[in-house]
Amino acid sequence: MPPSNLQAALEALLFSSDQPLPLTLLAESLDVAPDQVAEALRELEAAGAARGAGVQLREIAGGYLLVTAPEHAEWVGRLLRGKKKMRLSRAALETMAIIAYKQPVTKSEVEAIRGVDSSAVLTTLLERTLVTIRGRSKVVGRPLLYGTTQEFLDYFGLRDLSELPRPEELRALVAAREPEQLDMMELEAPAALDPATAAEFEVVAQVGSDLPFSSDQPHEVEPMAPGDLDDAVVEELGAPRDPAAD
Amino acid sequence: MSRPPVPPPGPPAGAATPAGPALPSRGATASVMVKLPRFEGPLDLLLHLIKRDEIDIYDIPIAHITQQYLSYIELMQSLDLDVAGEFLVMAATLMRIKAKMLLPLPAVGEEEEGDPREELVQRLVEYRQFKEAAGTLKTREADRRLLFERGMLPTEDEAGPLPLAPATLFDLLDALNRVMLRVPEQTVYEVQGEIYDLEDKMSLIARTVAEQGSVSFQTLMMGCRARAEVIVTFIALLELVKLGRIAVSQAEPFGDIEIVAHTREGSEADAPVESPGGA
Repeated sequence: MPPSNLQAALEALLFSSDQPLPLTLLAESLDVAPDQVAEALRELEAAGAARGAGVQLREIAGGYLLVTAPEHAEWVGRLLRGKKKMRLSRAALETMAIIAYKQPVTKSEVEAIRGVDSSAVLTTLLERTLVTIRGRSKVVGRPLLYGTTQEFLDYFGLRDLSELPRPEELRALVAAREPEQLDMMELEAPAALDPATAAEFEVVAQVGSDLPFSSDQPHEVEPMAPGDLDDAVVEELGAPRDPAAD
Repeated sequence: MSRPPVPPPGPPAGAATPAGPALPSRGATASVMVKLPRFEGPLDLLLHLIKRDEIDIYDIPIAHITQQYLSYIELMQSLDLDVAGEFLVMAATLMRIKAKMLLPLPAVGEEEEGDPREELVQRLVEYRQFKEAAGTLKTREADRRLLFERGMLPTEDEAGPLPLAPATLFDLLDALNRVMLRVPEQTVYEVQGEIYDLEDKMSLIARTVAEQGSVSFQTLMMGCRARAEVIVTFIALLELVKLGRIAVSQAEPFGDIEIVAHTREGSEADAPVESPGGA
């Protein structure tokens, strides 16, 4: 039986969770059609905005999440002093960007772009579950393939991967920074991701076709048994380090 | 949240004061260990040089950039910075390209090779785009960090990094280069620290008290120019009290302390002070 006050019930569900709740899950729990739920979510959001509520509804990582309003970050931050995880280093952000745009991608491809060894950074990103192993590539050496996770979307407040700036937007940003090179920009248009490869992906990768960049030669993905993952990671990246070293 | 503004580089206006404070020459040879957590890599250094020298990335003057790059590596090495192997590989790559550029163009009919710089340019352009992408991720990270969801339970490694100005290693090296260029033009003056003599201080206090009847502790100490002088003045006071030359009194707790001449036979304020034993 659907709730008598849908908006209030929705608010209750959202309050109860510290994870983004997908529309389908909300609809299922409330026994209400998804489009009705979507409508109620919009109303809830508008009502909150109208009264300047301290919490806001955000669409993050494919779901809906109640978060504190940014203008109160200072006070909440004071209350929870230091309870947020460490910011990512520049090296980690670079690596994260390459993986986000080029996934599924091997370590050596990441390193070819960055020009530096990236094992330590990859270990950090794996530990923080911003990156996951997608399987092995069928190229020589059967290297591991890395991709982004739900946690990645959450960490950067992204609804999905298509929210990342597209290559032309990035080029505009670069050009704005270095105006003298504006007319020199010429880069190949992104090729669509091979649907066969995309099919191998998990939930996150269903938006694979929306990826701003994609590999010139998509990897053939060889799935792995979850039990083999840890050993494979140690083999490729080395033993886990002291996290403080990063 | 906005970043803190970076102060503009360069020396402050009117920095050419001839008698400016100089570092003590002693200890200048002490070795300084600079430890920086991470290099961003050779491509980052090249981009930095290209940007700094306002070079067109699609038409890199390879001799110039190679020389700049190598001098940076040298500087890093002279600073005992751990120059990662990747930097040396890039140095070799640059020199190889430079050599190829010097070779005469292939004769007609021979297999034509492209611009030797092409691959490097592509790598730089690609890297620069991902650097930009990393920048947008950083912005999103900052925005997201302003939003708190429920159940932010404490975890390990919670201390955030210190709020540092967004300067890179290369900015630091640039700054060092600028300083190094200026250094030889400056004359170094050796500044001798002032010597504070206990007996002089005792005489001075005794004289002041005799002339003015009394002097406040505050006034006495305010006249001191250095920590050492404060200490010597204080010891002088103690010595005078011990010798019975002066007396101190205080009107209220934590109030100022008045120093007056102790009226005792033979205690002429102007008389030279005898050397306190063992001082």
